Amino acid sequence: MGTKPIAALAPAGAEAKSLLSVRSVAKRFGSNVVLRNISLDVAEGEFLSILGESGSGKTTLLRLIAGFERCDSGEIWMTGERLDPLPPYKRQVNTVFQSYALFPHLSVFDNVAYGLRVQKAPAIEVKGRVEQALAMVKMSSFANASPEKISGGQQQRVALARALVNRPKLLLLDEPLSALDANLRRQMQVELKVLQREIGIAFVFVTHDQEEAMTMSDRIALLRSGELEQVATPREIYARPATAYTAQFIGQTNLLHAHVTAGIAECAGLRWSTSEPDGPTTFSVRPESIVAASGASSNGLVRFHATVLSQLFQGAAQLLQVETASGYRLNVRMPGGKTVASGLELEFAASDAVRVRETQA
Amino acid sequence: MFSRAYKLAVSLPPLAWVVLFLLTPYLLLLVYSFWSVTPSQQIVHTWGLQNYLELLHVPVYFQVLLRSMRIATSVTLLSLLLGFPLAYYVSFHAGKKKDLLYQLVIIPLWVSYLVRAYAWKTILGSEGVLNTLLQYLHITSHPQGYLLYSPLAVVLTLTHIYTPFAFLPIYAALEHIPRKLIEASHDLGATPAQTFWRVIVPLSIPGVVAGATFSFVLSLGDFLAPLLVGGPSGVMISNIVVSLFGAAYNWPLGAAISACMMVLVLTLLFATERLEKKWSFT
Repeated sequence: MGTKPIAALAPAGAEAKSLLSVRSVAKRFGSNVVLRNISLDVAEGEFLSILGESGSGKTTLLRLIAGFERCDSGEIWMTGERLDPLPPYKRQVNTVFQSYALFPHLSVFDNVAYGLRVQKAPAIEVKGRVEQALAMVKMSSFANASPEKISGGQQQRVALARALVNRPKLLLLDEPLSALDANLRRQMQVELKVLQREIGIAFVFVTHDQEEAMTMSDRIALLRSGELEQVATPREIYARPATAYTAQFIGQTNLLHAHVTAGIAECAGLRWSTSEPDGPTTFSVRPESIVAASGASSNGLVRFHATVLSQLFQGAAQLLQVETASGYRLNVRMPGGKTVASGLELEFAASDAVRVRETQA
Repeated sequence: MFSRAYKLAVSLPPLAWVVLFLLTPYLLLLVYSFWSVTPSQQIVHTWGLQNYLELLHVPVYFQVLLRSMRIATSVTLLSLLLGFPLAYYVSFHAGKKKDLLYQLVIIPLWVSYLVRAYAWKTILGSEGVLNTLLQYLHITSHPQGYLLYSPLAVVLTLTHIYTPFAFLPIYAALEHIPRKLIEASHDLGATPAQTFWRVIVPLSIPGVVAGATFSFVLSLGDFLAPLLVGGPSGVMISNIVVSLFGAAYNWPLGAAISACMMVLVLTLLFATERLEKKWSFT
């Protein structure tokens, strides 16, 4: 619940060289504008997630980088080379498809060997690298199997090996875990992350699952209706959401529609000091930032009385819906073991009220 | 779910149809092939292999069979040569014209076979379109007789008639290829040509085999095209069967040829089905 980004947890690639640079890219299909003015940098070795709801344009952005679609305007660069005029087969980028797209007429081995063979690598090198790639994803014993005879999780690993065997500078992953069941999915999240750290190839990972993006990424690029809402580390995007949409999309939050007058924000009887300029201003307060009041009241604390409307027990935590004296409803997350009275004194630190911009979709 | 009586009631008519109009004639055919015929054209109901032995000893039957297979093979190759690129274009590159082009390929199937065969008579005949054009362009000085009433004319006519039969299964197989696989191939560094040979062609094999089977089997047994445009040098095996059952009144020998053809075609169908299965993926 820190209010400042902690230096030690800054993104791994923050100071590293930029690998991929997407500059003012726009894309439309007919009259439907899918992406507008997207600018985004991916550092070498970085794990960047493109997060967004369905229809936000995240897959289109990935397809533009892979070369399956052409941008209407803007440029894409990779290590000093302009990428966007090149066909997909001339880009040093590989993709792991959502449906894996393994070749059904080829064995697991031949699927992984495909990229090397079309590049006319010598047979001995093909064999060595394919075996190495299969070992990396723990699929060595399935080399001769048909991709139709192995499970979804195994197909996923083969698709990963098939892409990585080419040693791309950048790996694109289009919701690769969405077809897996919950347990396997969590396991693969960890494996993917570990693998990415080991091989040091930059990953651009498309997902609609904010938890997945939070746990795996160095940075998250949140896309909304074809525009970038915020690009930041998971911690930063959670602690310092730039917009009301971000605050609501990443985790849960309470949006306080306050009015600022001379350094004091006021919302439904709650007051706190702020450095924001005068006028209507929206603040985000995370449910876990609101706690039971204890100790002496101080300047930096916003203390209030609330009645409990509902209580959701979630194990380690419980989620309360409370109502302030003036009828404002707030979500509060408390430790699961705590017993809660029907009326209680709550407080949050003024510094935990983060100003967010209201944006239009 | 359904009562026995209901199941019986719905399956009886098709079953009766198959027994009455397919199995019984085949059985009769087989029976006839072991009988013989007297010089006074009486059918003798004594059993023997004499008809099959005659097929082995009289070279003309084998020669005509070979010619039929040559013609059928040419037709198959030509219809694949025409059908595959067409199907590939319609499936992968036609864009918005896809449905229109597909319909244009299908439409000739609505026109009577006879009309299409006669059309070739008008094109290839000595006063026909092609000869007139060749003379007009001063490429030839007099009508080229070999165009009509030749194996070439039969091959052209049958190719025209059976190319849609080759096109359809190939088109279906190409349409069935997930486009993600094409993208995956490009993504892995394969050029469009490499993708064509390494992904599209292998995955279209079931369609190609089915299309080849259609055009081969249908043209092998064809008797109208050789009758209309084949002339004496374009006679095919079915014409012999027709004349044996008709003018020659040698039903037993005709039945023996038919039985041999049936075994040949069934063997072929069995082989191609296995080939298709081997190369089909879900």
